[in-house]
This record gives sequence, C-alpha cells and structure tokens, in this order.
Amino acid sequence: MTATTTVEDVVGQPLGVYTRPRGGNGWRDWITTVDHKKIGILYGVAALFFFVVGGIEALLIRLQLATPNGTVLGADMYNQVFTMHGVTMIFLAAMPLSAAFANYLIPLQIGARDVALPRLNALSFWVFLAGGIVLNLSWVLGGAPDGGWFGYAPNTGIVFSPSPGMDFYALGLQMTGIASLVSSINLTVTILNMRAPGMTLFRMPVFTWMILVTQLLLVFAMPVIAVALFLLAFSRLFGARFFDPSVGGDALLWQHLFWIFGHPEVYILILPSFGIISEVIPTFSRKPIFGYPFMVFSGIAIGFMGWGVWAHHMFVSGIGPISVAAFSLSTMFIAVPTGVKILNWMATMWGGRIKFSAPMLFAVGVVSMFTIGGLSGVTHAISPADTQQTDTYYIVAHFHYVIFGGIIFGLFAGLYFWWPKVFGHQLSDLIGKVNFWVMLVGFNLTFGPMHVLGLQGMARRIDSYSPGFGFEFWNMVSTIGSFLIALSIAIFVVNVIRSAMKAKGQPPCGPDPWDARSLEWLTPNPTPVHDFDEIPVVESLDEFWHRKYGTDENGRVVRVASAEEVCQDGSAVGVHLPSPSFWPIVFAAGLPFIALGLIFNLWLTVPGGLLVVMAIYAWVFEPVDDPDAAHGDVSEVADTTEEAPVV
Amino acid sequence: MSEAAATDHATTTGMSHNKLAMWVFLGSECLLFGALISTYLVYRGRFATGPAPGDIFDIPFTSVSSFVLLMSSLTMVLALSAIKRGDLRNNRIWLLTTALLGSLFIGGQVYEFTTFFREGLGYTTSPFSSAFFTLTGFHGVHVSIGILMLMSMFISSLRGSLRKEHSETVEIIGLYWHFVDIVWIFIFSVIYLVPSPTS
Repeated sequence: MTATTTVEDVVGQPLGVYTRPRGGNGWRDWITTVDHKKIGILYGVAALFFFVVGGIEALLIRLQLATPNGTVLGADMYNQVFTMHGVTMIFLAAMPLSAAFANYLIPLQIGARDVALPRLNALSFWVFLAGGIVLNLSWVLGGAPDGGWFGYAPNTGIVFSPSPGMDFYALGLQMTGIASLVSSINLTVTILNMRAPGMTLFRMPVFTWMILVTQLLLVFAMPVIAVALFLLAFSRLFGARFFDPSVGGDALLWQHLFWIFGHPEVYILILPSFGIISEVIPTFSRKPIFGYPFMVFSGIAIGFMGWGVWAHHMFVSGIGPISVAAFSLSTMFIAVPTGVKILNWMATMWGGRIKFSAPMLFAVGVVSMFTIGGLSGVTHAISPADTQQTDTYYIVAHFHYVIFGGIIFGLFAGLYFWWPKVFGHQLSDLIGKVNFWVMLVGFNLTFGPMHVLGLQGMARRIDSYSPGFGFEFWNMVSTIGSFLIALSIAIFVVNVIRSAMKAKGQPPCGPDPWDARSLEWLTPNPTPVHDFDEIPVVESLDEFWHRKYGTDENGRVVRVASAEEVCQDGSAVGVHLPSPSFWPIVFAAGLPFIALGLIFNLWLTVPGGLLVVMAIYAWVFEPVDDPDAAHGDVSEVADTTEEAPVV
Repeated sequence: MSEAAATDHATTTGMSHNKLAMWVFLGSECLLFGALISTYLVYRGRFATGPAPGDIFDIPFTSVSSFVLLMSSLTMVLALSAIKRGDLRNNRIWLLTTALLGSLFIGGQVYEFTTFFREGLGYTTSPFSSAFFTLTGFHGVHVSIGILMLMSMFISSLRGSLRKEHSETVEIIGLYWHFVDIVWIFIFSVIYLVPSPTS
C-alpha cells in the first residue's frame, strides 16, 4: 500500500505553487490515489454499500406489499422508498459496480499501467460518491425524491412534489452524471490509445469491447439526461416553465429526453455484464468464445440500435400510430443481436468440458434468466400487448429479470471470478455455490410471480391493494423470495469475511487459479502496484492462453508452459507511475455545497464554487510528476503481500 | 492538462491522450446542445401571453455579435500558429484578442438579455422564454469558460510558463473554442434565421 508514495521523497520540490501530495500510510493514500486498481476497489466498495442500501429499500417495499392494505410505510413514504430504490440500484449500485470492473480490468486487459488520465479517474469516483451522498442526504433534509426514478413531469413539479426531494434528485443525479461522463471519456481514450504493442482492436477481450461500447453510449447519453435534469432543476428552483401545461409546457418533452438517455442506459447497464460472462464462460468451458467477431459486432449493433428504441417506453403516452409502429419494429429488431449473443454463449458451452465453479454458475444464471427477461421484453414490443401491460407488475417483472437476472448475476460472476486477481485469495467456491442457488431461487420467487400479478392487473407504483383481487398469494410469495435474496447477499458477505480471514497470513494464491485466457492474468495475484513488469507484446486473441498452450504434431492442444513460467512475478522496480493528487477529492467536495446551496441557501454555493475553482486551478498548475522519479524502488514483494485489504 | 507531458509514451492512435479526450468530450457536447436546441424548437411557438420571438429579435444586432464571435476563431488559429513558431509575443497578442472578441460577444448577449427583459420577456414568462434563455445561456457559459481558459493561458504566458513546447495546450483549448463557435452557427440559424412566429 505504501509503494506508490515512499519514493515521493525523491521527487523533490517541483516548480509551481502547488506540490503533489507525498501520500503516506492508510487512508491518506486512498483519498489521493490515482491508481486505477485502488479506484476500482473504491468503486466496488461504494457500489456494494449502496447495493445494500437499495436492497433494504426493496425489502421495505416488499413488506409494505406483503399483505393487502399494507401499513408498513404509508403512501408518501412508499413513494420515496420506491423512487430511491430505483435511483440507488441503477445509478449508485449497478453503474458504479460496472465501473469498478472497468477501472480495475481495462488497463490490465489491454496491457497498460494505468488509465489515460489518472487524476480524472479519481475525480470520477469522488464526484460519484458525492452525488450518492447528496441523493441520500435528502432522507434527513426534508424528504427523499418521490417522483419515481423516471421522474415524469409534471408530477415532479413544485406543485405535485413540494418537498425538496426532487431537487436532490435533479442535482444528485447531475453529479453522478458528471462522474459517468468524465469516466467514460477517460476509459474511451484509454482503450483507444493505450493498447500494448500487438493489441489490435480485434485482439481485445470481449469484456474490453463491451466496456468500450458502454463508454461510447455514456459519452452520448449523459449529456441528454444532463439537459433533462437541468430543465427540471431550473423549473423547480428558478420557476422556468418547461413542464407547466397551463402556459403550453409539454410533459412529453421530459419523457422523450429521459428515455433518449434511458434506453441507452439499459445497454449501459447490461453490456458490462455481457462482457464479464463472455470472459467467464470460455474459461470454464475450456473453449475459446464461439464467434468472437459476432460477439463484438452484436455488441456494437446493440450500441447503435439502442438509440432507436426509446419511445417503446411511451406507447401509451399518445405519440401516434406511426411512431408506435416504427418503435415496435425497431424494438423487435434489437432482440436479434442480443439473441446472437445468447446463442454464442450456448455454442461456447456446447461440447466444452464445463467446470461449474461459482463464477460459471452465475454466468449460466445470466444466460438463462436474461433470456426470460428478453422474451418478456419482446412481448412489450408488440404495442397492443404493451398497452395492456403498461404500468402493471408485468413490467416490473420484466425489467427485474433483465436487471437482476442479467446484470446482478453477471456482476457476481465477475466478483467471484476476479476476486483472486484483486485480493490474492479466492472466495470459497462451496459457499459461492450456495450463494448462487439461494439467490437464484429467491430471485425467481420474488420476480416470477410479478408476471402473474401484472397480467391480473395489479398496478405498479401504488402503495397498497385491496383484498379480493387475487393478489394476496403471489405478493406473499414475492415478499418471501425477496428475503431469500437478502439471505444470499448475507451469504456473500460471510464468504468475503471468512475467505479473508482464512487467507490472512497465507501466501497469495497461485498466478492462474482458473486456467484463464486474457492478459490481466499475466500479472501476479494480487496485482502489483505497477501492473506489468514489462509491457507484453500481444500476438493473438486470448494471449495468455496461447502462451500456456500449443499444438503437438497431430494438431492436438497440449500444455506447453505452466502458469508460473508464463506469469510475470511482479518484481520489477523503477517503474514510473503517476503521482497521487489532492485535487480530485477537493473538487468533488465542493459540489455538494453547490447542490445544497441551490436548494436551501444560495450563500452556500460560494464556498462550494470557491472549492471547485481552487481545485481546478491547483489541478492545472500542479507540477507534472517527475518522469525521472520511479516508483517501487523499495521491495515490491513485501508490499504486495500487504496489499490485500479486507473489505 | 499536464498528464501528456508527464507520460511521454507513444500512444496507439498517435494522438495525445488529452487531445483525444477533448475530441470525445466535444462529441458529448454535441448531444448537450442537440437536446437544448430540440427543446427550443419544441417551444419556440409557445409564448403564452408574453412576447413572441418574431416580435423581439433584433437580427442585425445579433448578426454583428455573431460575426465578432466567428472572427475570434480566426484569431485563435493565429494564436496557435504563433506559439507553434515559438513566437510568444504574437501568441499573447492573439490569445488576448480572442478573449476580447469573446467578451464582446458576451457583452452583446448581456445587452440583448437586458433589452428582452425590459420588453417583458423574463425567464419565467413562457416555455419559449425559458427555452430561449436556457439555450443561449448555456452557450454564453461555454464562451465564458473559454474566455477564462484563454486569460489563464495569457497570464501563464506573461509569467513565462507557456512556451513553444506547450503548443498542444493552446491547440486543445482552441478545439474547444472552435466548437463553441460552430455550435453558435447552429443556434444562430435555428433561433434567428429561421422565420420566427409572431403574436
């Protein structure tokens, strides 16, 4: 943990007003770090924390709905809880957990030592965290957002939502949006610009490809939601008339802007998960991915077509028959590249010597559960059916099969798969399997019945239902299922703690626990601070696998080298790394003052604005880190064993 | 802006990280202004009881200030050309000129906003007024940030810390500046040149 900073002493006092931090031990190192691995871990910890927060909100919703005429929350609190559940899970849990994987793995998978703009990377994380804090501060500062995560006008206006909740929504999401935008620019540049020699675009792992598509979606989707949130914030704070029907304001404008962002957002959420399982399934099937170019091009196709389907969220908004027909067709078409991916995963498994370790179980969970969600999605594409389904629990069932079945399962596959890469020890596979089966059963019990409830006509977003409609049984089943999901998360936490305790004092696990395929496994576990001892030269897709295996004279695949022979040992010293910086966190610290100032008292924006301006100027005039100063001159080996922190 | 200088490694595309990042950012900005322009187009006819766009726009005045802004792109190019030659004195002159032309444009915008306000077009008057002030206001903020960056470079140059080897910084900020100008061409055409509804 200290290797990045001890050598700062060598740097001496550079020119300029500001100096780079010298770092230190413990928490100081974490708040000034620009190391993509540490930032990845920070993203992961924060995202899992918010995942638990959003999960508790989900349990409250299920408790309220367990029986007819529920009284656990009450109507007003119910609105706040279901709004914050959606906002938290999407913006504060799923997106940052994907960002955690992207940050940690992208440089390793393309053979680089960090992202292109390391300080901006730190900025992304701290601004995201500040946004998450601002959003959740609303609970104690006058009431949480209560207009749904989709925030439909004019319900979000000051008339129908007089508490400051929707102000927190508009400003907090604006902050997480800035974080996503900065991060997406950074990762796009990293992938395009920092590939190791020989790492052509079509030798990149599928995960890297899916992250690239995701980042480009973010680059173009984030400004649209930014505009929508500005319009909302200006309407509420300064009285702008964008969504006021009495003077000609149009509620549909919000819906269009929101879903032009919102539907690409669906693919922003799902593509990283697709990338993760595209790494996991070949590894555990002992086969290369089936149809690599098709996997890549279907991902790109999803990225393009994702921009042409947004109005399928608005089939009952009165957009007219031609729009409805066009968007019905485009929505059916987008199922094609997704279907290509599902067929390719199955063809990868077909005939493979499959090993059902925990990561593989979660990955197969994605393929099966996402397919159910995809199929119910196609039923929405048929607009007459959708007219029946809109605003019922059928929709809730659909998007949870996509988001939980497709994304959360995929992210857990990634957690189990890359845990040894990050922390140097594996999670217990047995507990992992229990974790998977409890989650799978709980998930299907929770969301499967919602299909039935929806088709029976139970409306979503309503805080209670009367007895006698036949809703009682399936709602109770669903609530029981939700607590099984909570149990599975508890099992995961137990697994993390138990594995960390067992690993304490033990040497790190071997370099290649899964017989993996891609470049990140070329570095030892856990990854040393400088990533690669020397930048590898890449000759093929699945480079790491090809260094381990060759063919004999009969053309049969044989092992030619052990993982220990192939992997680098992390012993390099004198590798130059970017210096840490204070200014990303200072910049991020200014934004909550500006947000709270806009809501409560404009004077608060003054210190916030000063902090931001100071951080920008200090950042720009911060001395560049000395190219002659090398990091890791101290014993690298001793440091990396300490590097595995217990989360 | 200092990372490129710090890590002097060759990049895969041959373009520096900072410059590529600016291009990607400008791609993102297209959608920001695209959404704002769309909002304006939806609302240009919805002026409620307030002034209509066709009644208050002063097209000759705004044409002159648009011309001023477009000329600043020329001076920006001259500033970059100067620093690439190592001509720091002319670099300073053209940076300052660019900033002054930008400020003149902002001054025109302030004058225009004040005039409209006196004629009864407040920010909260109608969807049209809110959309108009938001779109042009966002553009004005972009120009102002550009002016701040130009002035920061000018002061750096006076202190001797903006030299020939930093010409890429000038180029990247120039990219931003040209983008803001090009967006104005779209905004000016959409708001002023397309015939506006009258009351």
